[in-house]
This record gives sequence, C-alpha cells and structure tokens, in this order.
Amino acid sequence: MTAIDDNPAPEKRLGSAKRGYSGKIHKVAADGVNSSLSALELESRLLELGFVEGARVEVLHEGIVGGDPIAVRIDNVTVAMRRREAMAVIVV
Amino acid sequence: MHLALVGTPNSGKTSLFNALTGSRQKVANYPGVTVERKEGFFVTPLGRQASLVDLPGTYSLRGRSPDEEITRDFVLGRAAGEAPPDLVLCVADSTNLRLTIRLLLELKQTGRSLMLVLNMFDIATRRGVSVDIARLSEMLGVPVVTSIAVRKAGIADLLRKTDEIAMKPQSSARENSWKVLSVAELRATQREADRIIAATVSLPARPDNWTARIDAVVLHPVAGLAILALILFVMFQAVFAWAQPLMNLLSDAFSGLGQFVHDTLPAGLLQSFLQNGVISGVGSVIVFLPQIIIIFLFILLLEDFGYMARAAFLMDRIMGGAGLHGRAFIPLLSSFACAIPGIMATRVIDNRRDRLTTILIAPLMTCSARIPVYTLIISAFIPDDQVWGWVNLRGLVMFGLYAAGITSALGVSFLIKFFMWRDYAPAPFMLELPDYKLPRLKSIALGVYTRAKMFLQRAGTTIFSMMVLIWFLASFPQPPAGTAEPAINYSLAAIIGHALAPLFAPVGFNWQIVVALVPGMAAREVAVAALGTVYAIEGGKEAADQIGQVLATKWSLATALSLLAWYIFAPQCASTLAVIRRETGGTKWMVLTFSYMFALAYAASLLTYNIAVTLGAG
Repeated sequence: MTAIDDNPAPEKRLGSAKRGYSGKIHKVAADGVNSSLSALELESRLLELGFVEGARVEVLHEGIVGGDPIAVRIDNVTVAMRRREAMAVIVV
Repeated sequence: MHLALVGTPNSGKTSLFNALTGSRQKVANYPGVTVERKEGFFVTPLGRQASLVDLPGTYSLRGRSPDEEITRDFVLGRAAGEAPPDLVLCVADSTNLRLTIRLLLELKQTGRSLMLVLNMFDIATRRGVSVDIARLSEMLGVPVVTSIAVRKAGIADLLRKTDEIAMKPQSSARENSWKVLSVAELRATQREADRIIAATVSLPARPDNWTARIDAVVLHPVAGLAILALILFVMFQAVFAWAQPLMNLLSDAFSGLGQFVHDTLPAGLLQSFLQNGVISGVGSVIVFLPQIIIIFLFILLLEDFGYMARAAFLMDRIMGGAGLHGRAFIPLLSSFACAIPGIMATRVIDNRRDRLTTILIAPLMTCSARIPVYTLIISAFIPDDQVWGWVNLRGLVMFGLYAAGITSALGVSFLIKFFMWRDYAPAPFMLELPDYKLPRLKSIALGVYTRAKMFLQRAGTTIFSMMVLIWFLASFPQPPAGTAEPAINYSLAAIIGHALAPLFAPVGFNWQIVVALVPGMAAREVAVAALGTVYAIEGGKEAADQIGQVLATKWSLATALSLLAWYIFAPQCASTLAVIRRETGGTKWMVLTFSYMFALAYAASLLTYNIAVTLGAG
C-alpha cells in the first residue's frame, strides 16, 4: 500500500468508486495493490480484459456485502471484479 | 485437415462448434490434466474431411491456468500427441470485438494459418453494429467471415472459405515468433486493436439496453438475491418432483427386469449375478439419470442465458467467507441431487485449487441417495411429534441432517484453504458478465445429451465393475446347503463385517450394520436393502416399513442416531469416488476424500453415540 501513500495528490481509484461512477482510465498500475496476484500478473489480466489507458469505465452494480464485488462497464464489456483488484485502475 | 477453435470466453465458440459438427462429437480429457477435450468432425462443401477441436476459452496465450496452457500448446503445435492445426479459427462475439482482435493479433505471431469468425453477426447487425469486413480483413491480414451459429445457412461462408484456404498452397511456413507478451506489449496490441476497430467498425449510437435493464433487477442487492432464491427453488422442485415419476419408472423397470431374470433362469450363481449384481447394481445408479438430465438442463440454460456469471457475482462474497469461489455455488447446489453431476459441473471453475476444494466438499451436500436411509431410520426411531406446537419432529431431524451437511462442507472448505493452501492466496474474482442471450435450444440439447452419455458410459464401466466387486463380496463364499440363515451371512462381506465390527463397536454399530455398509458402498441407499437382507427380510422396496419395524426392536436409539450421523459424512458411494478420481486426474484426491469423510463420519458417530448413551438412550 506504500505506493498509494507516497503519492502527493490522492488519486481516484476504481476500487473506491461508488455505484454510478463514470469516467476514463488514467493509468493501470498494480504496484502496491493488495491482491493475491503479483503486480505484473494483475496488470496483465486487467489489460487482457480491456482495461487500457483512455478506455471509458462505469460502475454499474455493487454486491450486497460491503458493496463488493462491483460490475464495471468497460467500453462495451461488463466485468465483475473485487474492489481490491479494481484498486489497480486509476481513473479520472 | 485439422482445425482448432480459439476465442475468449463467451464468444459463442461452443455454439459455433455445435453448428459445425452437430452430434459428431467426441468428449475426452487431455492426457494428464482434467481439461475437457472436445473434438468434432464435419465435411466441407468440396468434400474435405475436417476435424475440429474446441479449445478452452482464453484472453491470451499466456497460459495462466491448465486450460489456457492447453490452448497455447495446441496452437503452437507443442501439445503431446496432437497434430498442429492446419487452420485456427479465431471466434469473436461481433458485438464485442476489442478483446478478440487483441487475441488475434497475438495469435498472428504464432505463424499459424488464421481465420477470424465474426460470430453472432445477426445480433450485432440488429443492434446497429456495422463492420467493414474487407477493410478489417486487409488491416488484420487474415481472412474474415461472418457467422450465425444458430442457422444452417449462417456458416456457409465459413465452410466455403475453409475450402479456399485448404486449396491454397501451404503458405504456413511462416516462422513462429510468439513469446509471452510484456505488459507494455499488451498495451500496445490493445491500442493497435482499438485503432483497427475504430477504422472498420461503427458502433451504434445507443447500445443494447436489454442487458442493462435485466441486470438492474437481477444484480440488485436485494431483488437479485430473491430472484436467485426463486430460481434455486424451482430447480429443486424440478429435480425432486419432476424427476420422481421417471425415477420410479426406471426403478420399476429394473426390478421388473431383475424379477424376469429371477423367474427365467434357474436359481444359482448366474441368476444371482445378473439380478443382484448387474441389474440391481447398475440400475441403482441409472435411476438417477432423470435428475442428472434435469440438473444439466438447468445449468446449461442458465449458462447459455448468461445468468451463471451473475449468480457467481451475487454469491461471491457470501461463498468467499468460507474460502469458496463464487462459481462453486451451482456445482454445490447440484450436489444436493447427486454429487456426480455436481462434481462434473465444477468444470466451470477455472482455478484448479478452487475447483479441487469444491470437489472435495461436494459429497458432503446431502444427496438424494441418502434420503431413503434417513427416511427409514427417522420413521423407525423418531416419534411423529410436534415440537413448539407446530414443528414436526421428524421434519426437524431431516432439516438438521441437511444443515449439518452444509455447515460441515463450509467448515471443511475453510480448513482446506487454511491448512493445505495457506501459502496460495485465492484466485481473484474477475469475470466477464456476458450480455444476455436467448438460450439456443439445439446447443443445450446437445450439451445435455453429451453429459447424459458420459454418465451412462461411466455407469457402464467403472460403476459396473464396482457393482460386480460388491456383489462378489456379498455372495462368496456360498452358504452350506440347507442353512436357514441368509446367504450374505456366510459371505466375504460378512467376514469383513465381523472383522470390522470391533472398530465400529465404539460408535454403537452391531455387526449387521457393518455388513450392510459393505454393499452400501455401491450406493448409499443400497444399505437399506442390505439391512433387509441381513435381517432376513424378504421383499423389495415395499418391505422398507417392515425393515423399520424390525430395526426399532433390534437397535437402541443411540445406535440409530449414530447411524444417521454416520450417513451425513459417510464416503459411501463408489460412483462418486470414481468420478472424483476421473475429474481430478488421479487417485490421490479420491483417497483424500475417502479418508477425511471416513474420519468425520467416525468422529460424528462416536460423539453422537456417546452423548446419546450418556443421556440414557443407549
């Protein structure tokens, strides 16, 4: 989590976005994200699901327990994921 | 010529496979792994024989799971014992091209002959998506065809192009330059894919709203769970109520056949072997065919409609508490009917560890074969009283047995994660939620047919040999002539029963119970008939009441409760064990399942018996 704390300006991450949020991907950076996957693997998987810089994202649905997992619309694909992994997606 | 189908999950690969090959399919496993290998055959318009392998869905060639490794190795021509494909058909959902075009760009580096198939093109057209096919083909440098997998005419173009490619002199001498893409290269190929799509595909101003509308209800935190519960309720009703008449019919047919053999053949070994070994043994498993068909019908319908991924979404956190994957939900649910389809259905879980956990705990779900045993003992020992004024005591005990099964399954899953795979963090839940689609009935019928065939083949081979073994144990050596005692009392089963009796004395089982447990290995409910045999009660199922009366006079309440506790956990189902061995690709997991369930059963019975005796029920 240090990578997040070290940032001077807090960045908006998809993992903490509320339902209804809509925006654009600024960066996909899995370093320091608390996932069971290595940063490299998580980043690769996100890229393979279409999470690339510049793509439009929207949080469509939330789960019942702690608003987790979330369903994210990315271009015209919907992907279900845990908030924890969505932390690797920095949005604007 | 050899063809291979590659595509992302939900690209409609399987329906295209079914459209091309029809019922000419062969389902097997790849050697050494538990990945399903589906191969089909068809003839092209010019009469060329073609074989087609449906490779596991993947987003890239990285091979992050055993399934995806198969896809990679097969395409690269490295898979052991497989001919390298002459042509790779890369299948795309036409409404959603981004991920497939990226995959195709990666596939190009392998040097294989490629063709891009824009599947479900009718749906895309209806939604206002238009594709400049010639331009797309030119920019990608591979032939592009459209297809509508549900219609016969929808694949004509694909077949024609296949012939054209086959006739061209083999230019596939291109070198394989594929290597694992770095994240930078992944980004670059996705950008390249997006650039090609921007130049060739025009997306509708308004996207399809149906999926969004359905999801607004189906994925709603409250309404969604209510709908899930309703679907499950209907599914359970179907499995238990609709299947019952058919199961009775099958069961009557098998006992009629057995009776026919009994009446036709002279009394002796052959008669006993055919009636008790072959017909009643195999029959006791085939009786579950209607339930298996109904379960798979539901599973395939829900999967095809696109609901399965939603169920996983809704259940993910709830299952996650016990260390289970959201996708484990439906397989575990199916296990209430029978663990065999449940274990077969775990194939939807792509992570191997999550899948193994699910397979290990699936037999703890109270399957319908336990019901005859539970009913027999409950009606013989539990009074038909009301508690708290309105709850039937027998119903309450039955509910308790189900609840104990579920609770222990969750507990075991938690322990498995904690002790066996503590160092491996669980696979993250990342799943595409596909757009809803009307289920393709033909495709579903084929799927159900394939599963039913697999089940029957197994009943005809592994299960059959188990039944023969158990019949042998229960029949040899034969009793001396003129004895009044039942023949089973002289058999190997009785010898084993007597030998094991001291082991089971602490849990309150007498030797008759232990003897009945041996043929009960065939299938749990066979133990009921075996108890009847041991206590020398004549007659088939109608005698169940009678068996109950006899048991009520011979057993203490503590023994009965102990046997109930035993059956919650008992690893007593040779067919389930055989399926576990097959699905996990080794004996290790079968032995592990047997051992842990045996240990749990013994501990539960020991505890139940001693508490009951202490409370004065001995």
